[in-house]
Amino acid sequence: MQDFSGEFFDAFKLVAALDPTLLEVVGLSLRVSLCAVVIAAMVGLPLGAFLAVARFPGRGAAVILLNSLMGLPPVVVGLAVYLMLSNAGPLGVLQLLYTPGAMIIAQALLVTPIVAALTRQTVEDMRGEYAEYLATLGTGPFAMVATLLVDARYSLLTALLAGFGRAIAEVGAVIIVGGNINHVTRVMTTTIALETSKGNLAMAMGLGMVLIAIAVSINAVLMSLRSAATNAAYG
Amino acid sequence: MLDRPRSPQEPANVVAPRPVPAERVPAHALPSDPVLPLSARGLVFARAGRRLIDDIDFTLEGAGITLIMGHNGAGKSLLLRLLAGLVEPDAGTVTWNGRAPDRARATRVGFVFQKPVLLRRSALGNVVHALKCAGVKRAERKLRAHEALQRARLAPLAGVPARLMSGGEQQRLALARALALRPRVLMLDEPTASLDPTSVAHIEALALEAVRAGTRILFVGHDLAQARRLADEVVFMHSGRIAERTPAATFFDNPQSPLAARFLAGDLLLDEDRKLKREEETTP
Repeated sequence: MQDFSGEFFDAFKLVAALDPTLLEVVGLSLRVSLCAVVIAAMVGLPLGAFLAVARFPGRGAAVILLNSLMGLPPVVVGLAVYLMLSNAGPLGVLQLLYTPGAMIIAQALLVTPIVAALTRQTVEDMRGEYAEYLATLGTGPFAMVATLLVDARYSLLTALLAGFGRAIAEVGAVIIVGGNINHVTRVMTTTIALETSKGNLAMAMGLGMVLIAIAVSINAVLMSLRSAATNAAYG
Repeated sequence: MLDRPRSPQEPANVVAPRPVPAERVPAHALPSDPVLPLSARGLVFARAGRRLIDDIDFTLEGAGITLIMGHNGAGKSLLLRLLAGLVEPDAGTVTWNGRAPDRARATRVGFVFQKPVLLRRSALGNVVHALKCAGVKRAERKLRAHEALQRARLAPLAGVPARLMSGGEQQRLALARALALRPRVLMLDEPTASLDPTSVAHIEALALEAVRAGTRILFVGHDLAQARRLADEVVFMHSGRIAERTPAATFFDNPQSPLAARFLAGDLLLDEDRKLKREEETTP
């Protein structure tokens, strides 16, 4: 039976020594996922808020579709982005395939429905409370969306956190559109998969630790922000 | 069909507007009023087969404070919401100076709810937001907001989160926020319910100051003593209809309807009163 204690020790050493290869992979992962979340926020927050505020025929179907898209299979998204960005695809001219840009696009497509659906739920709850007051101000739908997004800002951090969790932990889509190229598109999840298959468990476990530490840290920061907001009656 | 034909014997639920005392006439009469006269014609609102507002005609103009009274479920708050354009009637119309309520004039009709709706912002942020929605220029917003808070004696709390304020302070903030928009008509839906006497006095003082500045107030309340202090005229509602509309002095000294007389005497107005009302309506 194999003893993993030595591998654990090596993994700790890699993390503690700030191994350049490990840092490079972590840095790229954070850049790609944060960019994807920013794009998803720019699209998902107003889209979710609009769906919460607007009343139009087919709104129910749109909400169902949006909720369903939260469970999009990453490999299917990866395949779709691959087809779009490949030389034969409609966006092939952009030459984005196997670049971090392609990975950002794939992750943004996965994260946007999560951000939008959670935003819709949060904003719709708040709309019930604010609707009559905002009507007394003659507020139109766009101003209402803006007001609700500002007032729900701390609750919406949860939506962004869920999106970031999905992005940073994603492997299927980024490996298809990124190709897991060393020093170019290799991120934490794809590296863990590769190094595990190669038997280099120290690097895989080191990255795993970093991945978990990032997730816990971001959760902790956001929870304390929300807690402070609730105490100040802003949450 | 919710609207029903009125029988020849049945008097229309029409109430003419009453004159208001000279001392309450606004100092600056607007040449072309944005919302007054504020009128309702044949207003009906029904749910589950029950008419909660039953064929009401009503006109608001002039100046002063009109107090709407009646027991719980009489339709007072619903009438206020219908007149403010917040609820669509099932039949009948509401007009502000001859035109249907619209978003452009919404801020000329202020509304303060029984339970104040405050944004998750500071007291100042709440007033600034309202001014922004009303189209007030950015440079003026903070100045006007501070003025409004000053009038409501809330200036020291400008930076405090609105939802951390006491109930009385929250209601004063809601009123200050509504008054910051300089409304022509202000609708107050039981704004002093469950407030302590000091808070009630503050709210009443703000309301009277607004009247002196030319704001027409429609005030829903239950408190007879408060009605005596504030009202220029009283509208008494029962079962979704206006039973009486008279100057305040007449209402308290010599109520015109048996329903109002019983209300003032402290009697409960239960279902038996429907019979009394029908008798009253069919009396030539």
